[in-house]
Amino acid sequence: MKNKKKRPVYFLSAIGKSGIITWILIILIWEIASKFNTPEFLPGPLATLKGLRELIDRGVLWDDVRISLQRVGIGWIRGIIIAVPAGLLIGRFKPIRFLFEPFINFFRFVPAIGFLTLFLMWFGVGEASKLMLITYASVFPIMINTIAAVSGIDPVKYQAAESLGASPLQSFFTVTVPGSVPGIFTGIRLGLSGAIISIVSAEMLAASEGIGYLIYTSRLYYRTDWIFTGIVVLGLFGFIADKVLRKIGNSAFKFYGIVNQ
Amino acid sequence: MLESKTTGKKIVIKGLNKQFEQEKKGLLFSKNINPDAVFADEPSGYVLRDVNLEIAEGEFHIFLGASGCGKSTLLNIIAGFLEATDGEVLLDGKKIKKPGSERGVVFQSAEAAVFPWLTVRKNVEYGLKMQGVNKKERRRIADECIELVGLKGHEKKHPSELSGGMKQRVQIARSIASNPEILIMDEPFGALDAQTRRNLQDELITIWKKTKKTILFVTHDLQEAVYLGQKISIFSAAPDAKIAMQIPVPYDYPRKLDDPDVSEFTRNVHKVLEEAINAHGAAVDKSA
Repeated sequence: MKNKKKRPVYFLSAIGKSGIITWILIILIWEIASKFNTPEFLPGPLATLKGLRELIDRGVLWDDVRISLQRVGIGWIRGIIIAVPAGLLIGRFKPIRFLFEPFINFFRFVPAIGFLTLFLMWFGVGEASKLMLITYASVFPIMINTIAAVSGIDPVKYQAAESLGASPLQSFFTVTVPGSVPGIFTGIRLGLSGAIISIVSAEMLAASEGIGYLIYTSRLYYRTDWIFTGIVVLGLFGFIADKVLRKIGNSAFKFYGIVNQ
Repeated sequence: MLESKTTGKKIVIKGLNKQFEQEKKGLLFSKNINPDAVFADEPSGYVLRDVNLEIAEGEFHIFLGASGCGKSTLLNIIAGFLEATDGEVLLDGKKIKKPGSERGVVFQSAEAAVFPWLTVRKNVEYGLKMQGVNKKERRRIADECIELVGLKGHEKKHPSELSGGMKQRVQIARSIASNPEILIMDEPFGALDAQTRRNLQDELITIWKKTKKTILFVTHDLQEAVYLGQKISIFSAAPDAKIAMQIPVPYDYPRKLDDPDVSEFTRNVHKVLEEAINAHGAAVDKSA
């Protein structure tokens, strides 16, 4: 009796939590809005799906996706390699912090797109300038979160390490580094979103492939449905990548007592 | 030379004063603050003034005083986390300048002090690892200490899976693993519920008897002081706090706090404690 009563409620709440309702709502509103507009101005979900199909059939979509993901991936990983050690050092050692903090607080407000033409000039029209831009975009969220994570470590932990015989170098590697892992992980997630956001700017100029290129050039052919396809693909990629990262994080760092919601 | 002077005495504190930087800054750098006003409350700016103390080897020594009286400050100076403004602290005749593994510290908050990214065993092994003890030996000592604090079977757990009392046990085991000369404990059971606290107090006595360590234990809990200590140092209130009186506790372990003799004794200690706090207050009133 009790089970029969509870099951549908549980089922409904599971649907609510899964976000399916949100997706249905978005698609519904999108479809309704598209009925009042021409497909060139606002193509509906079905038209976008057709456009997607067309891009797949022509064999261009996968190349675009692959090249963009590759750029995002390389730029993001470069960002991690630069920002995590830098953030750890800046967060832990005061002289380094005083030296670099003004730079960080200045440049973190300058968006990657602001450097677009400069990077083209400096690093040429090839891959280098695009990767630079994506790296730049992912460095700051990772670095700032790493610094915050280091500053957030309870000083008692350093005192404990010191009184157990740890040298400053040992306490850097045994307290600072592991103690800031959850914060670094949050930074890495935000860095990925920064990288994905900047891919469109990176591929806007001087590119011949990529999702950004697809979005930017489709306007020339009035293929608004392809623009939507590009947007959906980017959004989906970010959504899935973040879900995967969070899953990894939650299972790997469970013992920190912090779970990313 | 010093060593011959201090035989039998584990810790000797001589003429120790402690003045905090901020209080000095208040005088030097704040233009708008009338120095008289700043120091009306704290005539000298000293938290601790002229503290002298000798602690015997193997003694279970309690620092008892009101909150904010500077007893934790003194403990931090002995641990090496703070520097004394004047005077010195000698451990086995040698002056203490910085933290060292011969002084194990058990912090008030186990939550803050244990390493959540390490398992119980790795937490306990930490100090030994830092000191370069090999893996096999580390493991042997750690398991011994884990058993001593009653955490056998929990070696592979992370602190987030443990209760507050168990985390405090991890901290105690971690300090003991390095085989320190003295154990410095800053209100370690303050955040625990009454039952857990009593259990840990009993176990601490057992550990102390087994390991024969000198223990310095800070508390503001009179009952705890009488239950645990061989000798109680009573602090007067800050500013200018000093050790007002030292009282040996003449009872065998395990003690019964509801025993008429012991409760009479506790009442007397309470009287001394109140006098120590109030005497100072009266002095301030007179000067003001």
